[in-house]
Amino acid sequence: LRAKITVIASLCFVPADIISTVEFNPSGELLATGDKGGRVVVFQREQETKSQPQRRGEYNVYSTFQSHEPEFDYLKSLEIEEKINKIRWLPQQNAAYFLLSTNDKTVKLWKISERDRRPEGYNLKDEDGRIRDPSTITSLRVPVLQPTDLMVEATARRVYSNAHTYHINSISVNSDLQTYISTDDLRVNLWNLEITDQSFNIVDIKPSNMEDLTEVITAAEFHPQQCNTFAYSSSRGSIRLCDMRKQALCDTHCKFFEEPEDPSTRSFFSEIISSISDIKFSHSGRFLMTRDYLTVKVWDLNMENKPLETYQVHDYLRGKLCSLYENDCIFDKFECVWNGSDSVIMTGSYNNFFRMFDRNTKRDVTLEASRENSKPRAILKPRKVCMGGKRRKDEVTVDSLDFSKKILHSTWHPQDNIIAVAASNNLYIFQDKVA
Amino acid sequence: MFPKGTKRKFSDSGDEPPAGSDDVNQPSSAAVRMLSSYSLQRQSLLDMSLIKLQLCHMLVEPNLCRSVLIANTVRQIQEEMTQDGTWQIMTQALSAANAAAQCSADRLVATEVLCRQTEAAQGEPAPKPFPAVGSEGCSAEEVVVVEEEDEGVEGGVIMSTVSPQAPTAYLPSTFGIDPCWEEETGEEEDEDEDSEECASGSEEGDNDRLVEDSRTAEQVFGTFEIKNPAPSPDPALEELFSDVDASYYDLDTVLTGMQSAPKMGPYDLLESLSSHGPSPLSSSTSCRSDLNELDHIMEIIVGS
Repeated sequence: LRAKITVIASLCFVPADIISTVEFNPSGELLATGDKGGRVVVFQREQETKSQPQRRGEYNVYSTFQSHEPEFDYLKSLEIEEKINKIRWLPQQNAAYFLLSTNDKTVKLWKISERDRRPEGYNLKDEDGRIRDPSTITSLRVPVLQPTDLMVEATARRVYSNAHTYHINSISVNSDLQTYISTDDLRVNLWNLEITDQSFNIVDIKPSNMEDLTEVITAAEFHPQQCNTFAYSSSRGSIRLCDMRKQALCDTHCKFFEEPEDPSTRSFFSEIISSISDIKFSHSGRFLMTRDYLTVKVWDLNMENKPLETYQVHDYLRGKLCSLYENDCIFDKFECVWNGSDSVIMTGSYNNFFRMFDRNTKRDVTLEASRENSKPRAILKPRKVCMGGKRRKDEVTVDSLDFSKKILHSTWHPQDNIIAVAASNNLYIFQDKVA
Repeated sequence: MFPKGTKRKFSDSGDEPPAGSDDVNQPSSAAVRMLSSYSLQRQSLLDMSLIKLQLCHMLVEPNLCRSVLIANTVRQIQEEMTQDGTWQIMTQALSAANAAAQCSADRLVATEVLCRQTEAAQGEPAPKPFPAVGSEGCSAEEVVVVEEEDEGVEGGVIMSTVSPQAPTAYLPSTFGIDPCWEEETGEEEDEDEDSEECASGSEEGDNDRLVEDSRTAEQVFGTFEIKNPAPSPDPALEELFSDVDASYYDLDTVLTGMQSAPKMGPYDLLESLSSHGPSPLSSSTSCRSDLNELDHIMEIIVGS
């Protein structure tokens, strides 16, 4: 983990709305953000040029489109938020790019394609698009494709709706590139990308009597290589690994990961802070990372009774759980990400801090995403939170942390050391300093 | 940074009572102090959780994960309180308080009728232990109804006259009523120790604020999905009306009123009580006034 993190293209975009998801595509060329207003903004990495080598790595806006609109469920008299909960890219298979975006109820497949030519010379309409009077046409011509300025257009290719009673929290594309899963609080549905009018329900934890409900699904993800395997996490801090080959309804798991509770730290908040907010398979497929309120854990898929590694994100909050329960911060759902080589993991915290942990050296660093510290080319300074007592010059005390500034969403470039973090309505892109 | 919330702060959930503080000469007073401090903190946490569940309920579409976590927390506290006997004391105190606070002449007759029907239908013997997502107990709206009886018959009676049966039964969809309403407002009185007496103790907050939470939670969970309607709605309807005397005109008015009322979601009910009319989406001001009243009631009833 190199200590020097530089800022590239920070604040390159300030959308009107709070960013609710960020995701690099599998090649790292594109970065998508979704926001609370249902918009998706896609950034593209600038190509390296000899004349301006330092500009490599800057991301510029490539396409902007309205993915979801607010809807009204007439049956329940409830408004459906247009906020984008998750975006997942499909690997590129042709010139166009495809991504899945979802709000609480509906998943959509968007195609983003470039157009640099357009047909000209129509017979029935003139160049402005006005319809010509057929009686004035005396000859026919064949329209010709003429080069134009590059246009990037996004079109909704599929809309997968009406399959979720509860709020969708995750989507995950299968390695077979033909199917994907969408997950809500109680169910996981399997879709074929081509088919929008049916999906298979493969996990259903809804009890027959809703009064007996004590646990919900919080996230789910497909294994990166095994197309039959997926995992889902729960609000009770457990992870279940399922094999779709065993049976059609994967209510019984293959593997069950849960760490026994430490009785010495038990409190009324134990369950809430054990609720898993995000799960991510490592790129290698050997490990699974989970994020709960205070820690990040790395699990070995072959060891179910305890995690391989546990990293404390902000243990100084352990003594403040009641206040955090009072102001609802204890319900914040932080995401976690792997770097390309699975050697470093990253997750967000409060005060616009985010943390990185090097799994090999066991070193960790706390950084801050803020306007003041993020002038382009600036080097980020490590931050430190002090528990109390003497505060050194640059340290921040626990009591002065700003709990309204939280980094819930972040993403790591699949190969390079470039990260994107969302701090409310600001997007920050940082990269490793090139020597 | 932290909003002013409950009146007491749970200073540190991990606090251990100071080890050496028990004086051999005065073991009881120090222990009592420690215990009461812990109880106060626990009570405060319980109050806070109940308010949160109330707020969940008021949202247009609550967050299921959050509701489940809060409900589980409430259940944990309740279990612990049951174990050390605090729970029983509280329930009794509340019943007494409610019996005293009771008895307004405006209280709707139809309520009584349905209470009796409920007992008959349920036939459940002892009060069940408090489930976080229980079907027993008064909804919080009940308490609001007490305060806002002048809202009119419709608002008040809506709370109590909808199906007395178990949550799975409905008024038939012929009435055009959102089945979710049934779950929300159906009363089960088993929690109430004096449930025979439909008069004072039953409807209004019998099931004290603590138990009301179970209602609330159940409403929260129960209304998330429209269940399949009962296969033969007519028997349910007949049963509902079988004991109803024509003199209970309130019931008819209510049902007619419900029929003609514009469609509302379950959480709009609370809004309609406070704002004198249905509105499709919740408004924060009504929520706040309800909350203030709930707060006030809680202070009277629950804690010193």
